[in-house]
Amino acid sequence: MRKPTPPSQELIKGIWRENPVLVQLLGLCPTLAVTNTVKNSLAMSAATTFVLIGSSLLVSSIKKLVPTEVRISTYILIIATFVTIADMVLEATVPDVHKELGAFVALIVVNCIILGRQEAFASKNSVGRSLLDAVGMSIGFTAALTVMGTVRELLGAGTFLGHSVFGPHYEPWVIMVLPPGGFFTLGCLLLVFSWVKRRSAARATTTAAPVAAREAA
Amino acid sequence: MGNLIWIFVSAALVSNFTLALFLGLCPFLGVSGKVETGLRMGAANIFVMVLTALSVWVLNTFILTAAPYLRIIAFIIVIASLVQIVEMAIKKLSPALFRALGIYLPLITTNCAILGLAIFQTNRGYGLLEGLAFALGGGVGLTIALVLMASIRETLELADVPDFAQNMGLVLILAGALSLAFMGFAGLFSAA
Repeated sequence: MRKPTPPSQELIKGIWRENPVLVQLLGLCPTLAVTNTVKNSLAMSAATTFVLIGSSLLVSSIKKLVPTEVRISTYILIIATFVTIADMVLEATVPDVHKELGAFVALIVVNCIILGRQEAFASKNSVGRSLLDAVGMSIGFTAALTVMGTVRELLGAGTFLGHSVFGPHYEPWVIMVLPPGGFFTLGCLLLVFSWVKRRSAARATTTAAPVAAREAA
Repeated sequence: MGNLIWIFVSAALVSNFTLALFLGLCPFLGVSGKVETGLRMGAANIFVMVLTALSVWVLNTFILTAAPYLRIIAFIIVIASLVQIVEMAIKKLSPALFRALGIYLPLITTNCAILGLAIFQTNRGYGLLEGLAFALGGGVGLTIALVLMASIRETLELADVPDFAQNMGLVLILAGALSLAFMGFAGLFSAA
């Protein structure tokens, strides 16, 4: 058993140090597929947050009832149930967004972040800690998706949430909202991330991380 | 027949599962280190995808008409059991193939390409033959992407890359370049 960490740490780790997308490289499918506009990124983040928090709460509260042999199947079933709810709610409330996200809402089921958190965290920790962990991971996921969505929409369409930013004379860099743009944006993001991390490691100061966070943002 | 060929080529090249739809990125980034493993992973995927298309058609035609809201849950359970049955069957019938596929077989369960295939097939209302063509095309497309990426990465090992770029970032940018190249296929059909 490792030493119990302060609860605030469970919340913060998902945002930067163990960011699910940028550090753990999990859940890349939605990160690349639906981040062509900020609106889609936010909708996807909201759906994933709902599923992650819901499943973490449920898994951590029934962890003593689930036999070890069938735990993965149980988690998948729980996740699939929450995804179905999210899918139906999105379809009923914001049909146009649901249409644009298409199959990717249903694909939250196989998002490795969610199953990973159940297996690695919620199945071993108390309900409260699992909630903090899920919230932290969701914020990290949302942050990564929003950055991706902002970069791609700004460059690819010259807009932010549909509002024109660069004025009528901006020639849209269309490739950024198409599939290759997703790969390029995430690739550059990871390169910057790794460069910043390497530099702050070279400095080896304890205050480097927040400074780097500000520089990267 | 022409329609089937169109579905096949479209899934394999024009809207390639990995490079255009972002499905199956985990194996694409995870096991694309060597051409050999890439090929095996691709083969395992083609196999499971065709079986999935078959079972999804059965589910959609005979069972889910009564309870469409159970779709996601039904698909994921069927895929998970299917992978396990295939694993057991291969282990019994051909131990050599089983050893060759190794860990990749169970990993297919959490591969979004499989669930993605099931959902796309349903959303587009494909029949049995169309579904099979779609699955075959998708699997072949996945294999092409894997093998291409693996060959690039094998060459990359000999290249002098800056320290900070020796991680996924560079691989993703390469994937972007591949994806860009595959966009060229968009003109293959006037209907596409």
